[in-house]
Amino acid sequence: MAGRMVVGSAALAGLVRPASAPDPAGAHRVLPVAPELTGLLPNRGLRRGSTIAVSAGQPRHSGTTSLVLALLAEASRAGSWCAVVGVPTFGAGAAAEVGIALDRLALVPDPGPEWPTVVAALIDGVDVVVAAVPHTVSASVAERLAARARQRGSVFVPYGRWDRADVTLQVVRGAWEGLGSGRGRLRRREVTVSARGRGAAARPKEIKVWLPGDGLTRVIPRPAASPVGRSRRGALTLVGSA
Amino acid sequence: MTGAPVRTLLLWCPDWPVIAAEIADGVPATGPVAVLHANRVVACSERARAEGVRRGLRRREAQGRCPQLTVVDHDPARDARAFEPVVAAVEEVVAGVEVVRPGACAVAARGPARYLGGEEAAAERIVEQVAQACAVESQVGIADGVFAAGLAARDGRVVPPGGTPEFLAGLPVEAIGRPALADLLRRLGVRTLGDFAALPAGDVLARFGFDGALAHRLAAGRDDRPLAVRQPPVDLAVTADHDEPLDRVDAAAFAARALAEQLHDRLAAYGLACTRLGIEAVTAHGQELHRVWRHDGLLTAAAIADRVRWQLDGWLSGSTGRAGARPARPTAGIVRLRLVPDGVLARSGLQPGLWGEAGEERERAHRALSRVQGILGPESVVTAVLGGGRSPADQTRLVPWGDERLPARPGPPPLPGEPAAGGAAGSTPVAGGAGVGRADGAGGAGRIGGAGRAGGVGRVAGGAGGAGGAGGVGRGDGVPPWPGRLPPPAPAVVLRSPLAATVHDAAGEPVVVTARLAVSAAPARLTVGTARPAEIVGWVGPWPVDERWWAPAEARRRARFQVCLADGAALLLAVEAGQWLVEAIYD
Repeated sequence: MAGRMVVGSAALAGLVRPASAPDPAGAHRVLPVAPELTGLLPNRGLRRGSTIAVSAGQPRHSGTTSLVLALLAEASRAGSWCAVVGVPTFGAGAAAEVGIALDRLALVPDPGPEWPTVVAALIDGVDVVVAAVPHTVSASVAERLAARARQRGSVFVPYGRWDRADVTLQVVRGAWEGLGSGRGRLRRREVTVSARGRGAAARPKEIKVWLPGDGLTRVIPRPAASPVGRSRRGALTLVGSA
Repeated sequence: MTGAPVRTLLLWCPDWPVIAAEIADGVPATGPVAVLHANRVVACSERARAEGVRRGLRRREAQGRCPQLTVVDHDPARDARAFEPVVAAVEEVVAGVEVVRPGACAVAARGPARYLGGEEAAAERIVEQVAQACAVESQVGIADGVFAAGLAARDGRVVPPGGTPEFLAGLPVEAIGRPALADLLRRLGVRTLGDFAALPAGDVLARFGFDGALAHRLAAGRDDRPLAVRQPPVDLAVTADHDEPLDRVDAAAFAARALAEQLHDRLAAYGLACTRLGIEAVTAHGQELHRVWRHDGLLTAAAIADRVRWQLDGWLSGSTGRAGARPARPTAGIVRLRLVPDGVLARSGLQPGLWGEAGEERERAHRALSRVQGILGPESVVTAVLGGGRSPADQTRLVPWGDERLPARPGPPPLPGEPAAGGAAGSTPVAGGAGVGRADGAGGAGRIGGAGRAGGVGRVAGGAGGAGGAGGVGRGDGVPPWPGRLPPPAPAVVLRSPLAATVHDAAGEPVVVTARLAVSAAPARLTVGTARPAEIVGWVGPWPVDERWWAPAEARRRARFQVCLADGAALLLAVEAGQWLVEAIYD
């Protein structure tokens, strides 16, 4: 009996953590994000219950929608459910390209005047809720939605102007590469994202990421013509002389 | 074996494949018609038979004997389908019908004979019923055993009880229904079933095997196989009639709730669950509304009630959907509600994830989304499905939450996991100036008409299926390759309706694209609507698309451009009939 217990505890050694040991940053409470974006977020991911705003900025810079998609991608890939409210122009192709699972992504293109009710209902059941903020959202509604997300353990991503977020991400600069005048095609874009927020995220940060990267559009470099030809010719002469 | 053969009544419809062709395809059976299978006649009409057409003839031979012959392909499914109403008509008179084959069905004769007052009376009653209900001619034969009854039906005879062996003894040996065996027996000098039946059973088994032994038993009138009676399908639909017409949504929803519970209980009693549900409502004035709801999971009682409520809500409140497709408001209240389970399958229970996590999250999300559907209506919560197509808008289809996720067009979804379709070089073919044609490679199906109409606009026949297109791209599973679709990255903002725009060159002249795809000058400034002109710093195009040119109403011919503006934004533009449009934004 004692022998079996020893074997059992040895097998569990790597799996079980004593209650006194620190929780590794509440890993199960944080949804993953793409590695390039972890530096922007206080918990290196989407902490459940937090409000992470994506501000459009004025003037608007290219890359805001892609930033939202990039935030969702890892969490969706890991099995979370996502919802996008009030974005009728949502590009599903781009979402699939960054790795969002479309069968776990619900879209509510036109919530209309029921916006707060719809967002609240989604926060109840969906892990990440992206909501394009209409022009008028009263402070009390905003507070209620944030509190609801905190209580339900969902991540609320208001997309637009939002004052009470834990972290506010904003695209500062976005520039496409790959297009010449009359040739080439869009390949990748360098986006500068700034983050500012409250508490742990109070210190402003700024990073540069590729959104989208060139993973899909990379060109296989063409081998230079002359060295290949020369080596082949050399092989032929060698065979002939032998 | 066991007991005597069952006294059997067999209903036989002569030339059933011909009659079925008339019922299903409208080929008049009064004319000369022949049904062919593998180039041989399997059945023919009376007129054709009078002209000398026989079973087993080749098509040429049959047409030679009867030049005006209408030839129909043999389709066992059509025969069976057309026979179903006949069986239903017989079932109205007698119970326990066995379908022997399409065109013949058997019942035990004892019950109907006693109920309808004699075997002849029963036979007459059944023939009359079939003639009235289906307008189909038929004959009835009664004998001991299905085999003998089938032969008796050819003559419309009632063989007296116990007289079956004598009846069979006089028939030629071909009646056994096994051509090879009958041929052999005839060469052995056995000419009638009676001769065959007279042979010793043990010798027949030794010489002709088990099938021969079975034929021997049949020939001797010892057909003691019991009837395999057809089980009529269970009627699962539930109906509620209301004396007081329902004209308020809440009242209708209340009625729907009770009905949904009833349907769910009924399904559960049979161990079934339904994935498709038809909801029918009939008003006091006889208007009918029918809609089928699909659900990828299993419909629970609450889900059924929700769907009934949504449908009635939309109907009774007379709101027209975004597409304006909903019917007009009814003129009277609803007097009848009917729920028809359509896609019924055996319920095997829901299997939650091993640690309860996956299933639970899914349930939670489904509940939340169903609630939003309840707030805004079922069509307002959608999921996107990617399919084939050449523009981002074509590739995406939005299906209401809970419906089946089927793409609008078949095709490879542009997913990152793909092995980069033939390398990056393969995904850029569209960037060539006049060369959509190249994308199609060798399999271009001859439609790439560079020299044809309007210069180099490749007439891409991708939509016409894998006819030849698969050759170039090499996806073996038959999905069309959609040559000419835009290369990745896909735009993150796809406009619902394109915005009109104007594009000017550096000199201030509008940029035009000729029919031969020459761009008049490099685009320099873009004006969208009334906004200030934006400077274009990079552009590429035209990438031509000529879609569905064979259907004039849907034909679209346009040339697309990617442009990059000075502020870093990138847009997808298109020129269609001289008008510049902003189709999507690479945001």
